[in-house]
Amino acid sequence: MAGIEVTALHKRYPDGTVAVDHVDLAIGDGELFVMLGPSGCGKTTTLRAIAGLERQTTGDIRIGDTLVNDLPPAERDIAMVFQFYALYPHLRTRDNLAFPLRAEGLPKPEVRERVDEAARLMRLGPLLDRRPHRLSGGEQQRVALARALVRRPRAFLMDEPLTNLDAELRADMRTEIKHLQGELGTTMVYVTHDQVEAMSLGHRIAILNKGRVEQIGTPLEVYDRPASLFCAAFIGSPPMNLIEVEVADGELRGKSGLVLTPPPNLPRDRSLVAGVRPEALEVTEPGAERSVPARVVSAEWLGDEIIYVVDHGDQRDVRVRMPPTVRFAADAPVGLRHTGGPPPVYDVSTEELVA
Amino acid sequence: MAVSVGEAVSTGPVRDHTPPARRFGGRGRSVLEVALLAVLAVVMLFPVLWMIETSIKENRDVYAIPAKFFDFKVTMDHFKDVFFASGGGRSALSVSFLNSVVVAGVSTVLATVLGVPAAWAYSRFAVKAKKDQLFFILSTRFMPPVVVVIPIFLMYRQVGLIDTKLGLILIYTAFNVPFTIWMMKGFVDEVPAEYEDAAMLDGYTRLQAFWRFTLPLLLPGIAATAVFALIFSWNEFVFAIFLTSSDTVRTAPPAIAGLIGGTTVDWGLVAAASVVFALPVLVFAYLVRKHLVAGVTLGAVRR
Repeated sequence: MAGIEVTALHKRYPDGTVAVDHVDLAIGDGELFVMLGPSGCGKTTTLRAIAGLERQTTGDIRIGDTLVNDLPPAERDIAMVFQFYALYPHLRTRDNLAFPLRAEGLPKPEVRERVDEAARLMRLGPLLDRRPHRLSGGEQQRVALARALVRRPRAFLMDEPLTNLDAELRADMRTEIKHLQGELGTTMVYVTHDQVEAMSLGHRIAILNKGRVEQIGTPLEVYDRPASLFCAAFIGSPPMNLIEVEVADGELRGKSGLVLTPPPNLPRDRSLVAGVRPEALEVTEPGAERSVPARVVSAEWLGDEIIYVVDHGDQRDVRVRMPPTVRFAADAPVGLRHTGGPPPVYDVSTEELVA
Repeated sequence: MAVSVGEAVSTGPVRDHTPPARRFGGRGRSVLEVALLAVLAVVMLFPVLWMIETSIKENRDVYAIPAKFFDFKVTMDHFKDVFFASGGGRSALSVSFLNSVVVAGVSTVLATVLGVPAAWAYSRFAVKAKKDQLFFILSTRFMPPVVVVIPIFLMYRQVGLIDTKLGLILIYTAFNVPFTIWMMKGFVDEVPAEYEDAAMLDGYTRLQAFWRFTLPLLLPGIAATAVFALIFSWNEFVFAIFLTSSDTVRTAPPAIAGLIGGTTVDWGLVAAASVVFALPVLVFAYLVRKHLVAGVTLGAVRR
């Protein structure tokens, strides 16, 4: 087991596109580290560079204390699980699991012992004599995970391993992976574009955009205080409401007059945007205390909650998360007020968190 | 001898089209379609049938007027003449058939050995100006062979490749490699790169990963591509007639063409030689017919 340290990683393709732009990551020993971002943000390229499948243009990668820049993938002592499971189609499950061990040249009894152990861990018993084409997607992914396990690597690299599974199976496998990682205590780098996956799995999350790291933090940090407007818009469903605000009389006020709890140390003379989570707003009866007059544009009834889209006289409508018991008809005149603590505030021009 | 390939290709669609017609047309329409296709098939196949018939007729029946369709004496003498000289020993035609086998076979193997790794590289790696390179490779096939035959002739004369099998093999390989690269790239694109990634993580080098995991999955595609290359080399006429002259080097297409043009033409022998010449290609095309369709629609066209 080992931590992974990525320093100033830069990847430029021959055609000139920069996939990874001076990325620094320090992944702790035994950590489940998630890289999250939209497609093309460089997360997979970073992962493949760590694996050794892609050679970085500049920058260093250390696994444990070893500088692995010039080591081929096999000598980095890592295991990778792919989105497309990459089980060898001509081999039975048993041989697929044994394959990396045989390639290492381990003695037969040990190969069998390790295969049996991994099969037990992933509950593959009845599947051991089947070939990949006779396994379902979920089963194939469990075999792929077991195949990573048998090697007892220093780190697991996961490249969107659950993307090809259906929703229910994905939730199950998510739990399974988290449990497994906790049990084994092996460092895991997990790449995904699914924020729910990232939030539920990660000890820490790195949000990448256009080859750069926008923010690294625990799921709660990332959720509560997104480091940039990009992160604010990316995390959360529905995402944060971005409300243009100005500071007046010690208050933080939206254009519609909506009053927000002001954070300390607000900079002056800059145009600011506050990021307000849908659950930090409240739809009230019209004229309620501290509320501004507003109108319900539409309502999404999700069963356990209602998402109201509300027009409060600003250019942009806001989304408000309310319990299902609070019901307003579409087009009804209502009040809107802020109920949470101080929201994160961003500078419009730099798009970065300022308070 | 491009005729034989034309036949091989056109017979397939004729047969294949009838079921869909029945599926989405009315009965009347389907009858009309079948009738039209039948007429088309007869027109298309008549030269082939006539060639086969001529090859088993005696020479005086060949020239009979009115033409004898059914009531002629069957003889295998022409086929014997294809392979054996009149005084005993091998005939010049049989030597040219052997040359065809060698030239087409070796050039196909060379084109495949060069083209498959190239296709793999173009499919897997980020190459500078990849699209331009691929277009350039394809562009060498834009011109008809006859355009370059004179320059090639002059170059070959300088380096002593005129009237050699090696010369033909090289030019056929050069013409087949672009095609092989393009068709194989389609097939390689279909095989997920993750197999190789996984194998590399398991301790194989990139080349070993390709050899042990990707290549076996490519075999059907390679077979289809090789058959296309083989058919091209087998049928090629222009280079063969310009670049070779002696009986010991000549391939079958110019050799068969050479039978025509004396004071008397032994049409029975020409027909028999043509039948023998067409057979291998027909058999190959039949064996890999599924892959041929896959090669045309999926491999070469989709990307």
